[in-house]
Amino acid sequence: MSPDAAVAVAGLRMRYGAADVLHGVDLRVRHGETVALLGPNGAGKTTTIEILEGFRARSAGEVAVLGADPGHGDEHWRARVGVVLQSWRDHGKWRVRELLAHLASYYACLGRTPWDPGELADAVGLGDRGGQKIRTLSGGQRRRLDVAIGIVGRPDLLFLDEPTTGFDPEARRGFHRLVRDLAAAGTTVLVTTHDLHEAERLADRIVILDAGRVIADGTPAELARRIAGADRVRWRHRGRPRVHATDDSTAFVRGLFERHGADIAELEVHRASLEQTYLALVHAAEAAAEGGGR
Amino acid sequence: MNACVLRAGLRRGAIELRQSFTNGAELFSHLFWPLLMLGVLWFLRGREFGSTGFMLGALTLPGILGMNVSFGMVTMSQLLTAEREDGTLLRAKATPNGTGGYLVGKVVSVAGGLLADLALFLVPALLLVDGLHLDAGAWVHLAGIVALGMVATLPVGAVLGSVFGDARAQGLIQLPVLALIGISGIFYPVTALPEWLQWTAQVFPLYWLGLGMRAAMLPDAAVAVEIGDSWRQAEAVGVLGAWAVAGLAVAPVVLRRTARRESGSKVAARRERALQRVV
Repeated sequence: MSPDAAVAVAGLRMRYGAADVLHGVDLRVRHGETVALLGPNGAGKTTTIEILEGFRARSAGEVAVLGADPGHGDEHWRARVGVVLQSWRDHGKWRVRELLAHLASYYACLGRTPWDPGELADAVGLGDRGGQKIRTLSGGQRRRLDVAIGIVGRPDLLFLDEPTTGFDPEARRGFHRLVRDLAAAGTTVLVTTHDLHEAERLADRIVILDAGRVIADGTPAELARRIAGADRVRWRHRGRPRVHATDDSTAFVRGLFERHGADIAELEVHRASLEQTYLALVHAAEAAAEGGGR
Repeated sequence: MNACVLRAGLRRGAIELRQSFTNGAELFSHLFWPLLMLGVLWFLRGREFGSTGFMLGALTLPGILGMNVSFGMVTMSQLLTAEREDGTLLRAKATPNGTGGYLVGKVVSVAGGLLADLALFLVPALLLVDGLHLDAGAWVHLAGIVALGMVATLPVGAVLGSVFGDARAQGLIQLPVLALIGISGIFYPVTALPEWLQWTAQVFPLYWLGLGMRAAMLPDAAVAVEIGDSWRQAEAVGVLGAWAVAGLAVAPVVLRRTARRESGSKVAARRERALQRVV
C-alpha cells in the first residue's frame, strides 16, 4: 500500500456470526481529500468507519489508516485521528470550554498543539456558549460541540459518522461550511451519510456502499455519467402516450420532430440524475432487506 | 502512563468532584446518607447493647463509617455503567491516553466524594455519640482502614460496573449490598446473629471494614462483643488485602476488555434501548 493514501483498504470483510456485513470493501482516501461514504441504512457504512477508527476488529482484509493498522494504532496514532461520534449525553455536567480544554490537554501531553478552547468554540459557533453546561445545549449546538471535540487535537484525518442527522437546514449549512474550512486547511475527511445532497456538497469523491459492497466510486459528475444510465423522454403521439430511454435525448427529440412534426404533444425530457439512480438503489436495497425477512 | 496524563486525570477528578457538590441531585445524594445515619444515631442515643454496659450508638458509629467506605464500590460501579451507556467512556477511548486519564479521574472523584461523605457524617456524629476512644493512634488507625478499604472495594466496583450491561441491571446489585449491610454487624453486633450468617459476613469486605473502624475508635473493653473476643486486625488486613489484590488484578483486565469493545454503534444501541424504556 502506498504511503500517499491517508486511508487504504483492500478486501475488507466483516462477519457477525453467520452474517457477512462487508464483502471485500476496497477504499482509498488520499491525503487532503474529502470522501463521502454514501449508502442506505444497513449498507455497512458505520461498520466500515468503526473499523477505520480502530473501534472494531475486522474479520479479514488489509487496512492502513495513516500508515498503521487501526487495530494496533498507538496513542500517537490516536492523536492524529479525529473522531466525531454520534453523541448522546456524555459530559452533560461539564462546561463547553472546560471540556474542550481538558480534552486538549491529552494532545498537548503528546507534544501536539491542540486548539485553544476559546478559539475552537468560536470556530464552531459556540463562542457565546463557552461557559454553558453541555446538557443545556440545543441539538445543533451539541453537534457542533461534537465536531469541536473531534478536531480539538488538530487531526490529520477526521472521521464523521452521519454528522448532520437531525439537523435543520440552517444548522446543516453551517456544518457543511465548517467541514469545507477544515478540508481547505488540509485535513483529510471521511464522512458517512445516507444523504446524497450532503455527499455532493461536501465531498471531492463519493464512494457508494450497498449491502456491504462498493458499487460505485468517483466524483459526483463521474458517478452521474457512469451509473445514472439513460435519459427518459415522454411524449404523446396523436394522443397516445409514449416513452423512450436514450443516452442522447437532444438528438432523439430532434429526430422525433423531424419524423412527426406537429403530431408530438406534451414532450418531457428527464435527464439522468445521480439522485434518481441513488434513490432507485436505496429502494432496491430496502425491498431486498424486507424480502429477506430481516 | 506518564506524568502529564496522570495530571490530566487528576484535573479530571477534581472537576468531577467539584461538579458533584454543585448540582442539586448529587448534592442531595451526598447529604442523604449522612443525614439518615445521623438520624439513626439520634434514636440509638442512651441505648445499651444488652447488659454489657456499652452504648449502642458508640458501637454503631464505626460500623456506619465502614459501610460508607464500601458504598464507594456501589458508586464506582454505577458511574462506570452509566458513563458507558452515555458515551463518556467511548469519548475517552477516542482521545489519546484518554482511558487512563478517565480512570484516574474516576478514582479521584469517587474517593474524594467518599472522604467528603465520611467527614459530613463523622463531624456531627462525634457530637452525638459518647463512649468512643479517640486518641492520635485511633485517627491513624482509622485513616489506615479507610485507605485499605477503598483499595479493597473501588476496583471491585469497577469490575461490577464493567460486567453489568446497563443501568437497569445496576439496580440489582443494590439488593445483595443491602443484605450484606444487614448481616455485617453494622447496626447490631454480629455476635448476635446465627453462626452461619457470621461466616457469610466474614467473606466480604464490609464486615472487616466495620470491625476495623470499631478497633480504631472503641475502648479496648468493647472487644467483648466481637467474635472470639478479639479485634482480629491481622485477619482484617488479610481479608481486605486479599480483596484489594484480587480487585487490582482483575479490574485492569476487565476494564481494558470493556473499553476495547466500546464503539459508536454499541453506544447507539444502548441509547435506543434506554429511550424505549423511557417511552
